[in-house]
Order: sequence, then C-alpha cells, then structure tokens
Amino acid sequence: AAATTGPATAGDSAPEYTVVDGYTIPEPLTETPGDPVMGRKWVINRKLGNCLSCHQMPIPEEQFHGETGPALYGVGDLYDAGELRLRMVDPKVLNPYSMMPAFYKTEGLHRVRTGFEGKTILNAQQVEDIIAYLMTLKDTSGARAAADN
Amino acid sequence: MLAATPALAADGDSTRIDWGPYKVGDVRSGYTFAGAQTRAMQDDEFQNPAFLWLERGMDIWETPAGQAGKACTDCHGDAEESMAGVAARYPIYFEDWDKLMNIEQRINWCRENQMQAEPFKWETDEMLGITAFVKHQSKGMPVDVSIEGPAHEFWEKGKAFYETRRGQLDLACTHCHVDNEGNLIRAETLSQGQANGFPTYRLKWQTVGSLHRRFRGCNKNIRAEPYGYGSDEYTNLELYVTWRGNGLPVESPSVRK
Ligand code: HEC
Ligand code: HEC
Ligand code: HEC
Repeated sequence: AAATTGPATAGDSAPEYTVVDGYTIPEPLTETPGDPVMGRKWVINRKLGNCLSCHQMPIPEEQFHGETGPALYGVGDLYDAGELRLRMVDPKVLNPYSMMPAFYKTEGLHRVRTGFEGKTILNAQQVEDIIAYLMTLKDTSGARAAADN
Repeated sequence: MLAATPALAADGDSTRIDWGPYKVGDVRSGYTFAGAQTRAMQDDEFQNPAFLWLERGMDIWETPAGQAGKACTDCHGDAEESMAGVAARYPIYFEDWDKLMNIEQRINWCRENQMQAEPFKWETDEMLGITAFVKHQSKGMPVDVSIEGPAHEFWEKGKAFYETRRGQLDLACTHCHVDNEGNLIRAETLSQGQANGFPTYRLKWQTVGSLHRRFRGCNKNIRAEPYGYGSDEYTNLELYVTWRGNGLPVESPSVRK
C-alpha cells in the first residue's frame, strides 16, 4: 500500500498522520479512543467543528442546519472510521475543490489570521471524538424530514 | 424609482416573486435574499435607519470645511443633479494615482486637494454619511462600472482575490457567493454578495458600514487576515465585485440582516 505521511512540525498539536492508498487514515490520531458524546458537542460548537454551518445532522435541538454540504444522516454506515478520519483531517486529498475545511492541517494555507497561524482547527482528540460520534449515525430515515422542515 | 413591494409572479428562481429591477438575468441583489421585514425596512425611508446618516451627509455637503473655506456644494452645486449617476460608475481608474479610486477615496481627494481639509477616516459617521449621500443620488440607476483600458489589470487582480482560497477555513469568495448562492450556511441565506446597496445598515452591526467593512467581516469569518480599509487589495476587489453586479440598481443605503 502506498502511504504518504502528513507534515510533522514542532509543537504539541503538530499534525502527524498517514494517508493510505489516497482514501483512508486507518491509524487513530490518539491513544485514547474517541468519545461520541464529546464528539457531538464539538460538531455543534461554532468555534470548533461548526459542522452544522454546512451539514444537516440528527441534532434536533439546534436550529438552522446549513445546506452547503451533504446531510450526514447515515454517514456511519457509508464509511468506516479510517475513511471518516481522512475526511476530517484533509478532505482535499479526496476532492481538491472541496468547500470543506481541513480540520487537522496547517500546511498550504494562505493568509491565515493572526492568532490562528500554525494551528489546526481541531486537536487530535477532538477529531477522534467526532469520528466516534459520526460512527453512531447509522440511520438515514431522519434526513428527509429535516430537509422538509 | 424602485418598486416598493415586489409583486408575486412565476419566476425562474426558486421563489415565486417578481423582483423587478433587483434581478437582472441571473444577477440578483442581496435585497432578493433578504427577509420581507428587512426589505420593508429598506423601502420605507421613515423606517430605514440609514436615513439618519443621509441627513448627516446632506449637512456635510452644505457645510464649508478646511483652509479653502469651501463646501461640496460650492463646487458641485445641487447634488441631485451633479452627483446623479456618479456612484454607478465607481470605482474608476484614476490617472494621477495610476490605480483605482472609489467614492470614499474621491471624497477624501476633494477634501485634501480641493478643500485643504483633513481626510475623513473610514467608518466614521462623517465618511459613511457623505458616502451614502453621494451614492443615494444614483439610487435606481443601473450599476455600470468599466473594466476596459487601464482598469482592466486591476479588475484582474480583484478577480484573482475573489477566487483565491484563504484563511484557516481555506475558502474563496466563490465557495459561498457563487457555488452556494441561495443555500443556508447555518442561519444565513447566502446571497451573491453584491455591492450595489453599500453603505448598508446592518442589523447585526446596529450601524451603517462600508463595503470594505463587509469584506473584512467575510475575511475574518474564515479566519483570514483582513486587509485595511481603502487598501489597494480591497479597492481592486471592489471593482470586481461591483462589476459582477453591473445592471443592478444602486440601492444605497440598503438594509441587511
Ligand atoms: C464550509 C462547509 C463545511 C464544513 C464547515 C464542514 N463540511 Fe463536511 N462537507 C462539506 C462538503 C461541501 C462536502 C461534500 C464533499 C466535498 O465536497 O468534499 C462534505 C462532506 C463531508 C463528509 C462526507 C459525506 C459524504 O456523504 O460523502 C463528512 C463525513 C463530513 N463532511 C463531515 C463533516 C464534519 C464532521 C464537519 C465538522 C467537523 C464538517 N463536515 C464540516 C462541507 C463542509
Ligand atoms: C463562509 C462563507 C463566506 C465566504 C467565504 C465569503 N462570504 Fe461574503 N457573505 C457571507 C454571508 C453569510 C453573508 C451575509 C448574507 C449574504 O448576503 O450572503 C455575506 C455577505 C456578503 C456581502 C454583502 C451582500 C449584501 O447584499 O449586502 C458582500 C459584498 C460579500 N459577502 C462579499 C464577499 C467577498 C468579496 C468575499 C471574499 C473575499 C466573501 N464575501 C466571502 C458568507 C461568506
Ligand atoms: C473646490 C472645489 C471642490 C470641492 C469643495 C469639492 N469638490 Fe468634489 N470635485 C472637484 C473636482 C475638480 C472634481 C473632479 C472633476 C473631474 O475630474 O471630472 C471633483 C469630483 C468629485 C466627485 C466625482 C465626480 C465624477 O463625476 O467622477 C465626487 C463624488 C465629489 N467630487 C464629491 C465631493 C464631495 C462629497 C465634496 C465635499 C466633501 C466635494 N466633492 C468637494 C472639486 C471639488
């Protein structure tokens, strides 16, 4: 299998990961397994995942789910954890035109605002927590209902 | 003048509203993406909070300032006549600078060179007021900026800015205002990001703001380092963004969420 290793820079939050065959990052980013309950919090948090700005998700207590990305109902059935990890870490590996931010990447960005340079949007544990949460999304039946609202 | 309330009609876009002058072909003013209440507020000059800034602008027009002891009106007379249509063709290429000049920069050029007065600072009530006042004299006239001749290379730079990804979120203007026009991003309906309503009264700001303030906001939201008010980068971008809306009516001062 062809493997490319993510950039390793100095510092605690230095992104380090290995993309395998261009479609997956099978190795977790941390030793501690992801916590789906925390993951659900990070996807809502506007300063962290803020995933709801672009995706509809089965999170009924939050109003106004965005619609610039696909609904994530059932996404835990569609992909395994490694495939979801690549989509979190750097979706542009799969689609260079993607609108989705790379949540665990610091290289190749342009004019990053003072205070955010060299920092990833999420830390490694938050990425793992979100993957654990996404893996719980097995049901597609709610998606239509949400879109009809 | 502009239609006060758009009438219902079958129309190509997903709404059933006939947007009248606010929609020219595929080009749609931010007005057509705004809620009914916001539109009503813009249309009624007694409700439109920006009219306070227009009054401020009218005062400035008539009040002498600077070493030359002159007011705008001393050189330009009745603004309704002399300023009609001016805002529709700015930014322009200004030969003495060998670069672009927008309305705010023109006003400060007059203050410094014609009146020997201090330039107005961006986003002060004075600058917003006189800018809104000057632009308002073109209200309803179609935007018609030129990108021919020497303006062209600056248009190219603005276009490149518009299409370049930036910030920690790695997004270009196109991702939101071209690819996702009409889509929700959280609670906001993305518009085409047109410039024809500026300066605009934004409910979120609780004040009037310039187009460059909006550029800064859109940059900061994606965690990109903004450029300065009146910077060459933003003035070039202003030409590109304004040109995208050629044909739309000047709406200044608009009201937006
Ligand atoms: C600015 C918009 C945006 C944000 C923010 C965003 N995404 Fe996405 N996402 C997209 C788009 C657009 C796609 C479609 C695929 C592509 O273009 O890469 C996508 C695709 C995905 C996919 C694959 C879905 C499929 O059916 O193939 C997953 C999983 C995903 N996003 C999860 C997330 C999570 C979790 C977050 C927050 C941590 C997030 N996204 C934040 C825009 C976004
Ligand atoms: C992440 C999404 C996003 C990006 C990227 C973005 N904007 Fe915006 N922009 C918005 C939102 C949301 C609004 C408010 C709703 C609307 O009018 O679209 C807005 C509004 C505007 C408006 C005001 C429109 C009006 O009618 O009042 C202008 C002008 C504008 N944007 C220009 C730009 C430019 C130029 C860029 C790139 C430098 C840019 N935007 C990048 C999301 C974005
Ligand atoms: C002493 C004379 C004088 C005063 C006072 C003056 N201007 Fe001017 N203004 C000019 C001249 C000269 C031009 C350039 C005309 C040209 O090149 O066609 C000009 C051009 C302009 C233009 C652009 C017109 C166009 O068709 O491109 C605007 C807008 C303008 N002035 C606004 C103002 C405002 C607002 C004030 C007061 C704050 C003001 N001016 C005060 C002399 C003056």
